[in-house]
Amino acid sequence: MTAADVRAVLLRELHRIAPEVRPETLDPRLPLRDQVDIDSMDFLNFLIAARRELGVDVPEADYGRLRTLDACVEYFTSRRPHAEPAAQPDRK
Amino acid sequence: MGRTVELAAPVAPAPPSVRVLTKHGDTRLPPATMPDYDAACATYSWTDAMQGELDGLPNGSGLNMAYEAADRHAAGARAGHVALRCLRRDGTREDVTYAQLAARASRFANVLGELGVQRGDRVYALADRVPELYVAALGTLKFGAVFCPLFSAFGPDPIRARLDIGHGSVLVTTPALYRRKVAAMRDALPALRHVLLIAPAGAPDARIPNALNLSECLERAGDQFAIPPTDPEQPALLHFTSGTTGVPKGALHVHQAVIAHHMTGKLALDFHRDDVFWCTADPGWVTGTSYGIIAPLTNGITSVVDEGDFDPERWYQVLQNERVTVWYTAPTAIRMLMKAGAELAHRFDLSRLRFIASVGEPLNPEAVLWGVEAFGQPIHDNWWQTETGGIMIANFRSMDVRVGSMGRPLPGIEAAIVNHADIGVEVIDEPGVQGELALRPGWPSMFRDYVGAEARYRGCFVDGWYLTGDLARRDADGYYWFVGRSDDVIKSSGHLIGPFEVESALLEHPAVAEAAVIGKPDPVAGEIVKAFVALRDGHTATDDLRLDILGFARTRLGAAVAPKELAFLDELPRTRSGKLMRRLLRAREQGLPEGDLSTLEAGAR
Repeated sequence: MTAADVRAVLLRELHRIAPEVRPETLDPRLPLRDQVDIDSMDFLNFLIAARRELGVDVPEADYGRLRTLDACVEYFTSRRPHAEPAAQPDRK
Repeated sequence: MGRTVELAAPVAPAPPSVRVLTKHGDTRLPPATMPDYDAACATYSWTDAMQGELDGLPNGSGLNMAYEAADRHAAGARAGHVALRCLRRDGTREDVTYAQLAARASRFANVLGELGVQRGDRVYALADRVPELYVAALGTLKFGAVFCPLFSAFGPDPIRARLDIGHGSVLVTTPALYRRKVAAMRDALPALRHVLLIAPAGAPDARIPNALNLSECLERAGDQFAIPPTDPEQPALLHFTSGTTGVPKGALHVHQAVIAHHMTGKLALDFHRDDVFWCTADPGWVTGTSYGIIAPLTNGITSVVDEGDFDPERWYQVLQNERVTVWYTAPTAIRMLMKAGAELAHRFDLSRLRFIASVGEPLNPEAVLWGVEAFGQPIHDNWWQTETGGIMIANFRSMDVRVGSMGRPLPGIEAAIVNHADIGVEVIDEPGVQGELALRPGWPSMFRDYVGAEARYRGCFVDGWYLTGDLARRDADGYYWFVGRSDDVIKSSGHLIGPFEVESALLEHPAVAEAAVIGKPDPVAGEIVKAFVALRDGHTATDDLRLDILGFARTRLGAAVAPKELAFLDELPRTRSGKLMRRLLRAREQGLPEGDLSTLEAGAR
């Protein structure tokens, strides 16, 4: 799964929690919560969904590192199970 | 710390199932502000508290909250003491001393005067936890206007309803919040004469028609302001809360509430002169004003103001780096910290932390005990409401904690469990019996009105009691135990949410014919808002429509109020008289017996 795939999954899950958010208005480098009206519960649910969909365990202590969309993409991409650099076909 | 708290065998007459955290041998320093609860109750009087603890305005010209909070310290030995330690989102911090706070609040009061604001007018705030919010609060109180804080996560609908009901004439906010949530409805708010924007002087994004740059106004204003005579019964604070039906309720508090803010901070939160206190609540909720602004300041201590959002690791950093000694937080936050594990807490030096309290909803026993594991001390639950203005029932520093109990009434507070029937109120003296929690009116921070809804206000008082709407029981030793709400109000993350306000927003969606909203039990938030919706003819219940309605509600209500879940029903359960049966939806959600359905419409069973 490429970083672009991970990003797509994250945006899809964000949409399920905060459907009013338009992804094209987000700056992926800025803290997500400064740009959209999501509360602590929403953010927690977002990370739980990302964890479930991407099969990556996220210790709560890491939540603080996942403030921006880019940080989430990087985090989940690098921790995908059996993630190999390139040349591996995408599993669905 | 750990040695002073141990889990003991329950002592009679506590019910055998109750766990007790005993505190014998508590030799920690400083000694508790109230070493003997019974003795304090026996001799307590609000008048003595006022005379012994507060100053009153010079020359006997009354009692003003802001004077007690800032000016009297600014004029004395505490002038250079840090009043507010403001932690900004960008990681910077700003210390505001009592002298600086008093001077800035004076500038704000002068700004109000120059704008032609009248005493008694309502000054609203819609902002994150930034220094200007606190300056506006105290400046408004000095001036003699009424301060009304709104939660910045509210969407446009709740903001508009609250501005309407309270006839807000000034709004202090930020350019971003104004653009997103207020600008579009400005024309529909004729009472709103002035908008003051929190932004650096000259900031281009604060150049908005019909709005002023607050920094520029403050710079021009003088830093001296003579507080006019203030009657202790003059309105000071307006806090909105929610009921089951109808519009939000604006609970009005008067200047002498400051006596209760001060004393409850001192007795229930054990404030001492050198404390660094962190109240994690936002001033948009009453806790964040009574204990996030007023109580620590009247007590002359340092209050930590954190602009940022909840984040376990960062919160522990704040506790460690700011050397917080007394911490007042909420069950939802504690349960989120529990999920992160006690080991995370152990990585930080929290040795300064000596008292932890919680409010907002009942603190479950596991969370109280987790406090011992994570911090070497129990978390002290307490109970109060927007209407009571300050803590009414608490687990005190000097008192054993009965795990899961809200504690005992503050000195000066008379509480009872009552049976409220059509014939009137009957006090239940027998211990262990469930009834409605009631308080004897007369404490200084009792609300004085629901603005624009006097009949509703009067309806709260029956036979000489204020009826709280909370169900509880009292054990043989006078500890109170929360049971539930007597109405359909939702308690999510410690905040009351009125189902009617949420349902009204849902009904504005073109596909929605009927809506009912309940609190669904949730292990972290206590309850989350769940909506049930019946669709208009011609609309199909699809996942896309579900998300569309959820997004619609979030845009109008804001994340703090909007439903987190939404389910479609063909028809909503109603009584024969047409009243929504939220109770039935709640029972179904929890898989509980649905109770007497005899009054239900046949089709909706």
